[in-house]
Amino acid sequence: MINQSIKELSVALAARKISSVELAKLFLRRIHALNGDLNAFITVDEARTLEQARAADERIARGEATSLTGIPVAHKDIFCARGWRTTCGSRMLANFTAPYDAHLIESFNAAGAVILGKTNMDEFAMGSSNETSWFGPVKNPWDRTRVPGGSSGGSAAAVAARMAPAATATDTGGSIRQPAALTGLTGIKPTYGLVSRYGMIAFASSLDQAGTLTRSAEDSALLLNVMAGFDDRDSTSVQRPREDYTRDLGQPLAGLRVGVVKEHFGEGLSPDVGSAVQASLQELQKLGATLVEVSLPNAGLAIAAYYVIAPAEASSNLSRFDGVRYGHRAAEYGDLAEMYSKSRAEGFGAEVKRRILIGTYVLSRGYYDAYYVKAQKLRRLIAADFAEAFRQCDVVAGPTSPIVAFELGAKAADPVQMYLNDVYTIPANLAGLPGMSLPCGFGDQGLPAGLHLVGDYFSEAKMLRIAHQYQQATGWHLRSPEV
Amino acid sequence: MSLSLEEVRRVAALARIRVSDEEAQATCAQLNSILDLIGQMQAVDTTGIEPMSHALDVPLRLREDKVTDQDRRELFQSIAPRVEEGLYLVPKVIE
Repeated sequence: MINQSIKELSVALAARKISSVELAKLFLRRIHALNGDLNAFITVDEARTLEQARAADERIARGEATSLTGIPVAHKDIFCARGWRTTCGSRMLANFTAPYDAHLIESFNAAGAVILGKTNMDEFAMGSSNETSWFGPVKNPWDRTRVPGGSSGGSAAAVAARMAPAATATDTGGSIRQPAALTGLTGIKPTYGLVSRYGMIAFASSLDQAGTLTRSAEDSALLLNVMAGFDDRDSTSVQRPREDYTRDLGQPLAGLRVGVVKEHFGEGLSPDVGSAVQASLQELQKLGATLVEVSLPNAGLAIAAYYVIAPAEASSNLSRFDGVRYGHRAAEYGDLAEMYSKSRAEGFGAEVKRRILIGTYVLSRGYYDAYYVKAQKLRRLIAADFAEAFRQCDVVAGPTSPIVAFELGAKAADPVQMYLNDVYTIPANLAGLPGMSLPCGFGDQGLPAGLHLVGDYFSEAKMLRIAHQYQQATGWHLRSPEV
Repeated sequence: MSLSLEEVRRVAALARIRVSDEEAQATCAQLNSILDLIGQMQAVDTTGIEPMSHALDVPLRLREDKVTDQDRRELFQSIAPRVEEGLYLVPKVIE
């Protein structure tokens, strides 16, 4: 049962082969057995989960089920869920109980899905290894001495270890796609603005986007059907008609042009990952797609531009944590300024502080044009590179991460080395384009490698179709770690 | 461009984050390595390029000027560090 797809689980629920309560208990038992070791969940609340599962069973009995009614879903601890502790991986919010639901949580609740728990993450989504969490690192289920990637490492480990059928996540510079690659999952970051940011704790507002970590493209499509949609409480939510993201999954790939990004196969790419990705491109060709070489000449500067824009926006967003209205307040302080500075010094971890300081610096008087405006100009060039590439192809492809999962602690001491993990994923965030990672084989030490796809704006259905067709022809997505 | 220890302290003060002397030392080196990374941007000539402030070129929506928020003061204050009679308590700022 734990290896079944969302669709199979949905069919089993409808046929009353299993109840939602039984399904929730099955996964809760698995969390109970594995979480002490993997640390994928920050909060599990069995009573709340089972209450939702009972309501789902009643709804199924009334014949009012949707495709997700009764399905347990784990949520990244960045989404506010009313009555649930919502920490964002930070001491700052270690005791914060969300007073309202994020739009994404509302959407899952309305569909009758069941909240299975809140997953571990890098603090405020800042990291690529899940080692910056106040609640400790997450272990990669494929090898517990290694990281699961980040920032959505808990969601990735939970689904990879089958502690949850599917999970939500967020991606600001690669935080869905890189953990997907490192744990052998399918991850999708939709077009910026497709899923509302309401109730999703902000990191870098012009880049943040919610998406999913699942076992297959089909599961991703089913979740995206529920999450995507206009919400007037998010000023950048996109107003457009709803889509059925499963509609094209069955379409063959004949006639499709896949653009191979030449810059993404050069220096820095580990040969084991490179061969797995090359083999997957050959497979797409066998399935009828045409491979064309494309260039993203400015993509190499994406990391530099990103580490101006994201910290700048973070320093502004995180100024709300002042110890006044919610979150951590220092126990002892003299005046107001000291209350702020001590509360923030205690509440934030080292990586979050670094990014706030960089952001504060690049926005400070005299530096704004040299850093922030310059980065915004590069952002324009990077977006223009993609626009040019999409004149020659339907989707661009390359590796998601330059390496397979690395060892815990291997990069923790050097922030810049950690940042370089996201070299292939960041350009899509800067441009606002949808991106995906799908399992495409194994590299050194039998660890998963990921194929990265970036599509044009709102081309999620097309990307999911490519991923689904690939998954029908290969079995990489069905492989799971022994836990 | 490189940050001095004094500048790190100034930026930390602007960001309202207290830093000890040891933290300032360690942070200074790390921030400078990040600034080196960021410095790669200067290699590209961006003369005449319009800055891109947002992922999608869509105008901000306007809405009718009417109150849509509900009064949730009690709920929101129930999670505050210190409140009294519906007000958030902070150290005295006006003598």
